[in-house]
Amino acid sequence: MSEIRNGNHLPKTPTGIAGLDQITGGGLPTGRPTLVCGEAGSGKTLLSTEFIVRGALQYDEPGVFMAFEEKAEELYMNVRSLGFDLQKLQDEKKIRVDHVHIEISEIEETGEYDLDGLFIRLGHAIDSIGAKRVVLDTIENLFSGLVNQTILRAELRRMFHWLKEKGVTAIITGERGEGQLTRQGLEEYVSDCVILLDHRIINQISTRRLRIVKYRGSLHGTNEYPFLIDEEGISVLPVTSLTLEKPVLSDRVSSGIPALDKMLNGKGFFRGSSVLVSGTAGTGKTSIAAYFASETCKRGEKCIYFAFEESPQQIVRNMRSISVDLKPYIDQGLLKFHAARPTMYGLEMHLVSLYKEIKRFKPAAVVLDPITNLVTVGSVSEVKSMLIRLIDFLQEEQITVMFTALTLNNTVTEQTDEGVSSLVDAWMAVRDIEYNGERNRGMYIMKSRGMKHSNQVREFVITDQGLDLVDVFLGPEGVLIGSAREAEMLREHTNEVIKNNAVSSKDREILRKRKVLEAKIASLQTEFESVEEELNKTYVEEQLKQEILDKNRQDLTDKRTGKGNDGTNQE
Amino acid sequence: MDEQPVVPDNLKLGESGEKRYILRLFVTGASPNSIRAITNTKNICEKYLNGRYELEIIDVHQQPFIAASEDLIAIPMLMRKFPLPERRMIGDMSDTDKVLRGLELKKQEE
Repeated sequence: MSEIRNGNHLPKTPTGIAGLDQITGGGLPTGRPTLVCGEAGSGKTLLSTEFIVRGALQYDEPGVFMAFEEKAEELYMNVRSLGFDLQKLQDEKKIRVDHVHIEISEIEETGEYDLDGLFIRLGHAIDSIGAKRVVLDTIENLFSGLVNQTILRAELRRMFHWLKEKGVTAIITGERGEGQLTRQGLEEYVSDCVILLDHRIINQISTRRLRIVKYRGSLHGTNEYPFLIDEEGISVLPVTSLTLEKPVLSDRVSSGIPALDKMLNGKGFFRGSSVLVSGTAGTGKTSIAAYFASETCKRGEKCIYFAFEESPQQIVRNMRSISVDLKPYIDQGLLKFHAARPTMYGLEMHLVSLYKEIKRFKPAAVVLDPITNLVTVGSVSEVKSMLIRLIDFLQEEQITVMFTALTLNNTVTEQTDEGVSSLVDAWMAVRDIEYNGERNRGMYIMKSRGMKHSNQVREFVITDQGLDLVDVFLGPEGVLIGSAREAEMLREHTNEVIKNNAVSSKDREILRKRKVLEAKIASLQTEFESVEEELNKTYVEEQLKQEILDKNRQDLTDKRTGKGNDGTNQE
Repeated sequence: MDEQPVVPDNLKLGESGEKRYILRLFVTGASPNSIRAITNTKNICEKYLNGRYELEIIDVHQQPFIAASEDLIAIPMLMRKFPLPERRMIGDMSDTDKVLRGLELKKQEE
């Protein structure tokens, strides 16, 4: 939360009102009066009642409520609807309600007077219960009962001084006046803290806002903060954080679609990041969102699904057709649907109710489906600023968020999306691709901060089994999708078979050739062997012949020289 | 107002047949306004209601709870408890005409 540091240690009294203490950096100035002004019905009385009641219940600070407008019984009744039992608190001496009745023209003014009656009355009330908090609602009503304005003004000035001396933290309410904050210029007297409540109606949709006009001696948020009045009282939403110092996580969460995770570097989104899914009508944005929600629940984490278009039952039924069953998760309390028509209330109120719902449920992931519908209650720039603040808040809470957005015009698809495309961390666009007499869906990842992601278009198919992304076919004719892709794939397959067939017949031919050749080689081999043998035979004979010849010659020579050794040739 | 079912003794008509007045004056101690208011009220009563009035002077400081129970805002305040209806006047009672008008001792037209 955008807690504003309180450097100079100005003591503050917490109001206990959700959000208000954050934007005031701790509450109202302790021991000083605060002026709360606004038009009729802007929530002044409620704010001051909550201040008193919450003070008594949560901070053990008794309080006095001095009503100049409503009777005590009326007041009891009004706050009972918020679950506060004023009567009981009054019996326990934790609060004290005093109705100051002022009747116009009932009182004759016969000279100088002062408001000591009121002082004594208030003083007695404060002392009797040891009150630390006081509300005067609406003290300006005195002006309608009393004629002498000079006395009245002097006495009011004295009253505020006196309250300060008493050391009570006070709220004084005042009706919004023309050209000034209050009708009677009470802001002149109360200079420490002024809170302005506003109730505006734009395009027939009302938005309550709160602004700290001044807060002497303290830093405070200066924006207009929307606030909501519901069965739990007032909640103010500190909508913009002052810094961009958000904690970041680097662990990843799956999108629920494995093929999509693969496109996102194989792991999915960063936890706590914001994801935008945009696309034209019927491109399956809700399906992607439901997958994401279901995946979150599957991990045992909580998820809120804000549906601005379809009712929860409708979504559950429709998602069953693509085999996503959300019902068990709803029953387990992991998934919560929050369906509201965008026109139910203004953007700021939507934001406050989203904020409250998220704060209460503490989900790990949030789905907003679709944000486009919010444009019906605000201009594009308003929607953008609301979403900035929502993203801001969610990132601070480290909640992963998925928005879906309808892109209306096909030609400028990349520029619509309420201008949030620059804010989100990841942006996926699903586009209708009309080709070959049919419409198919192509998914691109337009951006994904901080991770490697696929730059390729994938065909996004929705079947009975669920969602899947199919690689598109990149053929000689370019990117093919849908039945064209299938036809191309089939043709490819046919070619393959034919080619395979051709290859195998060639193989056999080779085999045959080889066999023939091998046979030939064998016969040649035999031929060669026989020739060789023949040749060898001649060669051996020749050798033998030579040997015998040689021997004979030797013998002859020996005989001639008489060197014979057989003794028969002796001389 | 004469149709009151039970009229205590002190509320019965005076000797002259006129109504008795019961008045309460709320003051705060001895503040200048209070002192003036007491003096002025007494004078008016003596002059216009001689003998047929009861004036009770209450110091709110002494009984602070009375401020809430009597729904006091401005002080001094003079309250006509009787005759009914109850009438209230605030101020130091220096404007005699207004006091008389408030007490309905003087017709508006006069």
